[in-house]
Amino acid sequence: MINMNEVFETIDMVEKENLDVRTITMGISLLDCADSDVDALCGKIRSKILKYAGKLAATADDIAREFGVPIVNKRISITPISIVGASCCSSTADYLKIARTLDRTAAETGINFLGGFSAIVSKGMTASDRLLIESIPDVLAETGIICCSVNVGSTKTGINMDAVRLMGKTIKQTALRTADRDSFGCAKLVVLCNAPDDNPFMAGAFHGVTEADAIINVGVSGPGVVKYALEKVHGESFEVLCETVKKTAFKITRVGQMVAQEASRRLGVPFGIIDLSLAPTPAIGDSVADILQEMGLEKAGAPGTTAALALLNDQVKKGGVMASSYVGGLSGAFIPVSEDQGMIEAVECGALSIEKLEAMTCVCSVGLDMIAIPGDTPDSTISGIIADEAAIGMINQKTTAVRIIPVIGKNVGESVEFGGLLGHAPIMPVNRFGCEEFISRTGRIPAPIHSFKN
Amino acid sequence: MHKSVITVVGKDTVGIIAKVCTYLADRKINILDISQTIVQGFFNMMMIVDTSGMDTDFTSLSEGLDRLGKEIGVQIKCQKEEIFDMMHRI
Repeated sequence: MINMNEVFETIDMVEKENLDVRTITMGISLLDCADSDVDALCGKIRSKILKYAGKLAATADDIAREFGVPIVNKRISITPISIVGASCCSSTADYLKIARTLDRTAAETGINFLGGFSAIVSKGMTASDRLLIESIPDVLAETGIICCSVNVGSTKTGINMDAVRLMGKTIKQTALRTADRDSFGCAKLVVLCNAPDDNPFMAGAFHGVTEADAIINVGVSGPGVVKYALEKVHGESFEVLCETVKKTAFKITRVGQMVAQEASRRLGVPFGIIDLSLAPTPAIGDSVADILQEMGLEKAGAPGTTAALALLNDQVKKGGVMASSYVGGLSGAFIPVSEDQGMIEAVECGALSIEKLEAMTCVCSVGLDMIAIPGDTPDSTISGIIADEAAIGMINQKTTAVRIIPVIGKNVGESVEFGGLLGHAPIMPVNRFGCEEFISRTGRIPAPIHSFKN
Repeated sequence: MHKSVITVVGKDTVGIIAKVCTYLADRKINILDISQTIVQGFFNMMMIVDTSGMDTDFTSLSEGLDRLGKEIGVQIKCQKEEIFDMMHRI
């Protein structure tokens, strides 16, 4: 039988160390909604989402109450809309119409975000993909809880540089369209390489075509729990450090596994995966940067940061894999700047630069995330940053992403407040040397040699 | 059997266990195990209970215990046992 110390350890994790389940994300396939009439398509999308996810938010709240663990977000991911919309969309206005339907329907279900206004263009773009991408600035300006993502490359296909160029422009246009809100639209737009089909985290979540009709994916959290556990082994050897992270990750992931199974049973939707992630929030004590500091770095960004992050990421996976029957999604530590108080401080005191963050993305789960840059950064420079990240993903066979916010009217030295889970971000300096000529080249970067395994 | 774990934490005072037990008995909830300690004047108690025969639902029970805790001046939580089992047992 369970003992008192174990019970209070679990309760302390929730109450003092910010343990929570970051998200229950229901993936819903919209492939069967395709129709040659856009209004009919919108009607089918609405019915399908309401059919599956109508009780998602209430069920998650019930589970949170009964087990005493907060479930911070309830989300939906859908089939990339460029595939569903290809049957009827002949203009960006058609895509905007679908986005408005999604936004209204998602709000009706009481969820926090819906992801999947997406296009997968890692090798080439269809006319439908291009229209969807061109509609993104309007969609992000005129909807509330829709997230957009575009996959521009993969290890198997190489990098679609035409899409990279287009995304630099799209990010900038989104920033301009939402300039009155500190370019907030860009916080809901991510450009990926090797995007997973079952990611529960925003803004990159979509329900891939390899998935079932509906599925429950869960993302866990818990940087605070890891940090607190490491405080107890301060100054010990790497062996002790790694064992502690592993054991803690196991416990955190078990909570996610339990919540996922329970949600799957109550909603009658199969369980997909647990995303083993340390997802920080701006709350004090819920920071990945704080873990790195606890390991012995003066600030995140100091020499040793990449090694510390690599260790953390690997041990989280080793502990988490045994705790869950299916692991997937992004799985690893997230290093968003604006959503992590320790990262914000590291940037503000000059310890952390975009270049160091880029190095860190080689060893952790995603990429350059929630980074505010000057609003006058050229489109081609943004494309250059995307190309660099995509190259890291392509060569290292991992997911990488760029969610960067050129804040219109602001410059280095100023900061921007997004509020809630998205936090606040100091504007970071970007390398001032250009890459216009490189980005202007058309076509794609071929797949790397190690992708030819057949 | 539906097991839940009730935890009570707060400043020690007369009658905490009595009040919590009476509250549970009134709702036909059977207590399976109680552990209790006092650390530096702070009362810590954990109860494992069987809620299968209770005449109320889980939400009302947990809200009722929360109110009772406020009256006594302690914090009372009621959680289903699975979360602890999942986290601490392989």
